[in-house]
Amino acid sequence: MSNLDIILQQLANGIILGSFYALVALGYTMVYGIIKLLNFAHGDLYMVGGFVGFVFLSALSGLLGTSWAAITFSMVLSMLAVGLLGVIIQRVAYQPMLNAPRLSILITALAVSMILANGVMAVTDGEYMAFTTDLGYDGLDFGNVFISYTQLVLVVSASVLMIVLTLFVHKTLYGKAMRAIAIDQDACRLMGINVNRVIALTFFIGSSLAAAAGVMAGVYYGSLHFSMGFVIGLKAFTAAVIGGIGSIPGAMLGGLVLGILEAFGTQIPFVGSEWRDVFSFGLLILLLIVKPTGMLGKTEIERM
Amino acid sequence: MGNSQPLSSWADWLKPQRNRMIVLMILAAVAMVIPVVANNYLLEVLTNAWFYTILCLGLNIVVGYAGLLDLGYAAFFAVGAYTTGILTSKFGFNFWLTIPFAVGCSMLAGVIIGGPTLRLRSDYLAIVTLGFGEIVRIIARNLEITGGASGLIGIERPYFFGIQLNQGIHFYYVFLLLAIAACYVSYRLQHSRLGRAWQYVREDEDAAEAMGIDRVGVKLHAYVIGAMFGGIAGCFFAAKMTAISPETFTFAQSVLILLGVVLGGMGKIPGVIVGAFALVLFPEVFRGVGSMRMLIFAIVMLVIMLYRPEGIWPRVKS
Repeated sequence: MSNLDIILQQLANGIILGSFYALVALGYTMVYGIIKLLNFAHGDLYMVGGFVGFVFLSALSGLLGTSWAAITFSMVLSMLAVGLLGVIIQRVAYQPMLNAPRLSILITALAVSMILANGVMAVTDGEYMAFTTDLGYDGLDFGNVFISYTQLVLVVSASVLMIVLTLFVHKTLYGKAMRAIAIDQDACRLMGINVNRVIALTFFIGSSLAAAAGVMAGVYYGSLHFSMGFVIGLKAFTAAVIGGIGSIPGAMLGGLVLGILEAFGTQIPFVGSEWRDVFSFGLLILLLIVKPTGMLGKTEIERM
Repeated sequence: MGNSQPLSSWADWLKPQRNRMIVLMILAAVAMVIPVVANNYLLEVLTNAWFYTILCLGLNIVVGYAGLLDLGYAAFFAVGAYTTGILTSKFGFNFWLTIPFAVGCSMLAGVIIGGPTLRLRSDYLAIVTLGFGEIVRIIARNLEITGGASGLIGIERPYFFGIQLNQGIHFYYVFLLLAIAACYVSYRLQHSRLGRAWQYVREDEDAAEAMGIDRVGVKLHAYVIGAMFGGIAGCFFAAKMTAISPETFTFAQSVLILLGVVLGGMGKIPGVIVGAFALVLFPEVFRGVGSMRMLIFAIVMLVIMLYRPEGIWPRVKS
């Protein structure tokens, strides 16, 4: 393989990885933008989404088989279910804590994350679950660069979800309410916006995007494990920070940038794939030192 | 008159403390005598409990006193353990000589990670420490000098005035003494000028800064002192186990230590000790829970945060 082929292949891999990161980072950034909460449980919602999608897919396989129709259907169902789960978590765990000290709400979020991860571990006995699909291994072959149809479909569906989200945030009344609440919650309440409902809606959308990414990751990697939410949660946060936390286009951009950087980072001599996570977390720390507001974020002064 | 003044003030000082002192004396005596009557199993469990007491007290300085969330505390514990492990097994250092190195390295790690992030929003610190904890574990797993995934073995047990510390009872006393020292240092810190600055920064950062407190500076102090506790605990952990592996220092370990702090009541020394003991004794008493342990702990943590955010034994506010 020539250098150009390696670059193109890694670019393709990076874009696929990056679109997962972007979907998860979107939920992080939306929740953060609206109530200034780092939802540690977000990565675990991605994991739960993958498992719920797997359960639906198994249930539907008798009717629809395990090809795209069934996968799409179970992904939508998983998005709805996990979206609801996100709203329940927000109502039960975060709503009562909104005026508590920041430390308490962070610990609460951590507890929720642990409950989700360990709950799934208890149900699955900590085993890997094979996410079996019959999508085949066909794809587009450009000489030495190979992109499977599965990869192509995943990237396209991730993009569709992001376009729909952007349209929703900018063209609908609820989207406008979301943007307004991110700026000034109290003023919105005075203007007659049902703030609690919009916050719940934000959690719903963020969680269902994470669930979609979870199902896609299941399809892509072919297996699920209860611990898979932990690292992706960290990566998605890194992506959100790269793009500027609180910014929706920033999260998309940040996800792609991180995915591509990771794909190329593992090609650097002495940086094998076992160092991939160190590479991205190191990048996060470096970024927070150099430019904590990210690429598209705004400068902000902390008020406790 | 001039001579009786200090005497009466000494008595006045003791009076409200007297009951507390008696309780403390009795507890200390019990802790000292227990190994005589305890079997090996109980001794091991209690040693472990004192060990977690040290770690929890260290994290308590960061979380309880300064109000910062550290999700990678196991990393400092790992730095201490690996420093001792590498120096004794690869370079033939005497165990006691490695302690200053281990303390230095863990403090340095505290500065590296705390320095840049403490200026930022407090929730950034939480997630950066989480990432840092993972980095340290992955580095330990992939470097040659740290023994890779299988870790370091054959760390020599230390000699103390010619006696090799190799019995359960030896380490019981080692960790008991360390825990007592940790309590004393925590107590003195809490009531020092720095301790009051931590409290001020925790309660109202802006007001503290307006009063001339160096916000980042005091936070960094908390962070580095917490790291030091972890480093020392790590040293003795390596000496006790004689073998360490990267999987001891996972995220779950950090969460466990945090849970000990949260459970008993953040910022209060007796509360933290109770929390550490609860942490160790719970899975021993309820053997059946097995792998559900973390799930139950997480639910307890959530319930505490929702209904008793100050912990089981909260700090009394004046």
